[in-house]
Amino acid sequence: MSANLSHLDRLEAESLHIFREVAAECRNPVMLYSIGKDSSVMLHLARKAFHPAPPPFPLLHVDTTWKFRDMYAFRNRMAAEAGMELIVHVNQEGVAAGLNPFDHGANYTRVMKTEGLKQALDRHHFDAAFGGARRDEEKSRAKERIFSFRSKSHGWDPRNQRPEIWRLYNTLIHEGESMRVFPLSNWTELDIWTYIERENIPLVPLYFAAERPVVKRDDQWIMVDDDRMRLMPGEVPQQRLIRFRTLGCYPLTGAVESSATTLAEVVMETMGATQSERGGRAIDREASASMERKKREGYF
Amino acid sequence: MQTLAGTLAAPDTLRVLTCGSVDDGKSTLIGRLLYDSKLLLQDQIADLERDSRRHGTTGGDIDFALLVDGLEAEREQGITIDVAWRFFATPRRRFIIADTPGHEQYTRNMATGASTAELAILLVDAEKGLSRQTRRHALICSLMGIKQVVLAVNKMDLVGYDEAVFEKIAADFAAFAERTRIESVTPIPLSAREGDNVTGPSPRLSWWKGPALLPFLEEAPSAPGLVETPLRFPVQWVCRPDHTFRGYAGTISSGRIAVGDEVVVAASGKKSRVTAIDIGENSLEEAVAGQSIMLRLADEVDIARGDVLVPAENRPEVTDQIAAHLVWMAEEPLLPGRPYWLKAANRMVSAQVSELKHHLSVDTLEETAGKVLELNEIGFANLSLAHPIAFDPYGENRETGGFILIDRFTHSTVAAGMVDFSLRRAANIHWQSLDVDRNARARLKNQKPTVLWFTGLSGAGKSTVANWVEKKLYAAGRHTITLDGDNVRHGLNRDLGFTDADRVENIRRVAETAKLMTDAGLIVLVSFISPFRSERQMARQLMMEGEFVEVFVDTPLDIAEKRDPKGLYAKARAGQLKNFTGIDSPYQVPENAEITVDTTSASPEELADEIIAYLRQKGRLS
Repeated sequence: MSANLSHLDRLEAESLHIFREVAAECRNPVMLYSIGKDSSVMLHLARKAFHPAPPPFPLLHVDTTWKFRDMYAFRNRMAAEAGMELIVHVNQEGVAAGLNPFDHGANYTRVMKTEGLKQALDRHHFDAAFGGARRDEEKSRAKERIFSFRSKSHGWDPRNQRPEIWRLYNTLIHEGESMRVFPLSNWTELDIWTYIERENIPLVPLYFAAERPVVKRDDQWIMVDDDRMRLMPGEVPQQRLIRFRTLGCYPLTGAVESSATTLAEVVMETMGATQSERGGRAIDREASASMERKKREGYF
Repeated sequence: MQTLAGTLAAPDTLRVLTCGSVDDGKSTLIGRLLYDSKLLLQDQIADLERDSRRHGTTGGDIDFALLVDGLEAEREQGITIDVAWRFFATPRRRFIIADTPGHEQYTRNMATGASTAELAILLVDAEKGLSRQTRRHALICSLMGIKQVVLAVNKMDLVGYDEAVFEKIAADFAAFAERTRIESVTPIPLSAREGDNVTGPSPRLSWWKGPALLPFLEEAPSAPGLVETPLRFPVQWVCRPDHTFRGYAGTISSGRIAVGDEVVVAASGKKSRVTAIDIGENSLEEAVAGQSIMLRLADEVDIARGDVLVPAENRPEVTDQIAAHLVWMAEEPLLPGRPYWLKAANRMVSAQVSELKHHLSVDTLEETAGKVLELNEIGFANLSLAHPIAFDPYGENRETGGFILIDRFTHSTVAAGMVDFSLRRAANIHWQSLDVDRNARARLKNQKPTVLWFTGLSGAGKSTVANWVEKKLYAAGRHTITLDGDNVRHGLNRDLGFTDADRVENIRRVAETAKLMTDAGLIVLVSFISPFRSERQMARQLMMEGEFVEVFVDTPLDIAEKRDPKGLYAKARAGQLKNFTGIDSPYQVPENAEITVDTTSASPEELADEIIAYLRQKGRLS
């Protein structure tokens, strides 16, 4: 075989190494599974790393209860196929308080995602949690280690990260502390797509164009996924040929108009994009450093 | 059918590091590279323009540094704190750029970026010339095995694009680099802020006949991979889903491996043959350095995580004594004798620096003596490991010659290490096998050897309590010995002072002595302040399971100071005694002492009874 491994081969090898390192050194790891394309790639890599054994950790979905219906169906199918335990955690305090994406914006995200995540990690005493974040997503992500140390309160201290030298990851922690581990750190959005194509990785259908009911809101196409969608005065859902570049809570995730129904078309569209991937997520745009602040509080 | 992935694959990837002193324009350069190569998306440019108005340091113009300096603290201070990883591709090549901080305080983050880079762009401010930090970074690049350096002489706009200024800096650096292991230096004049000579030639630098930065990077040779180096396969994880399957997962550090190849386990020398190589569901005939695989062998050989599979005819050194360069990354200095965790290719062992041979001056590259290694210093040291592991010299194999040191209590990564060679001593000093062993000696005395380790502040009452315990043991017909801090300092340790480094060595010698005495079958009472957890832990690890009993003589500082039996607190307070524990030197309270005694509520004799009762309860005394 050629001594020159392809770019994707190298990325894959690095990710497999990271998965195994956690399995070998951490007491009670878990994989955060958010059902999106990055999660799908991460799950595929995890299965590869341990084949023929199933990955030696469960999947955790921190559910805001506002995901697309297609996502829930897909999640349950994939977990069963991988032979992995699926833990679904909903922050019941947020539900009881009636938090929703329409009225509570950033606070809703903080409670249902960040606080929900911390609750779930604490409840199960996980000491390492895999996340699908990539360094090309956002500026503070670009600064994060692959093995990201978190304090007992799940805080991230960007000024004091552990040096990460060669492939030697320091996984030592004290009781109550934890690591967030990012096996996809060095992948770009385009790498993700080309790898999905190469490996034929199944995805939620929402990534591909179809006629779907949407409304235009704050210059974004928002899909009307169920009857909980709150329509503004004058808003009438219309059928549009759309797809999603990124998947989150449906009322907060903007779609793009697209006719790309195959992976090849999606990749070509991605290459020609003039907006970055997270441009479609209302929640990331509040302030330049909002992602960093959320991470300091314990967000992924 | 050709896949999209195949069509889109850029020819290869170059891993680049940008480094140099603070304010030399590293982040600006990367921002400029991305912007001028038209690699930014519309919303990113809009964000950049908005941020430049708010945080920019360039008047009304776009501040390119804000593209990469994404942390709040970085924007507030206008500096880079941590490595930013940037990925971009031109039609010719794919790049991974590690943009690293210039501040001396964050040198560890620069080393993080350097450890995987093939080429370094070392920035120099044309107005300021080479700085200490420029040299430090060049030296770290050299130690980390980066052979190619681009000396980017930046801010040429501020010196009127003067050729003489550039030539002087290039010559200064060439003279320095000649004495390092850097093999090729390419100086390029440019201005990141103005965009001169970044992606293409600039008329303002018309005297420059060499390449602009980006075209040079597109052409620069990749560092040779490790495929042609002998096979090293450190086992990372053993896969045993059921009794029919036993696989060894790991990343091939170097070389190649094929089905049918014979391999040996480096440490034990046991042999087997490769029967299968898999990645997920795919089977391969052969795999090479960099691939993460699952390997199966013909024989049921005892192999665990950390074992290294190698060719029989080309084995690494398996040693517990190495000489290595260290880049120290912690506020707390390296203390020879203190145990740290050493992590290398899937192995973690306890290790200590047995001798700090010299420091390497970043200004002159001279070797100077020193007892400790401070933050950001580079040193050369002998290390002693608790168990032998397989190493190659770093110069021959970056994957199997590098290690990190981790503090056992804070868990911080405190050093990056590069093995120069293994010390033959490991192979040449063998344990003398003796017929009368420790068990035999202990049996004759009809007792279990035990170390009672009394720790606490000066004046806490350690020696008083220890003395009572020994009197009672003696009366009961036990064979004992007491090692007292003051007494040992009159003899065995009289060459040692009271610096942190000397305190560590003091405890190391006493712990070794106590161990020899347990071999003799004795019950050993050690009465030492022993202020640091690390060293008490080291002593504990020298002894057998259950043999080490830590007794914390817990007396508050104000009471110990009031007692002041030797008048030492008074002297320390008067400034006549330096490094006195509790006053100007720390005492780390034990976290898991077997016994804690309170001298304020019971007499020394009562406390001695408590300790003896504990020994009986644990079966140490019959």
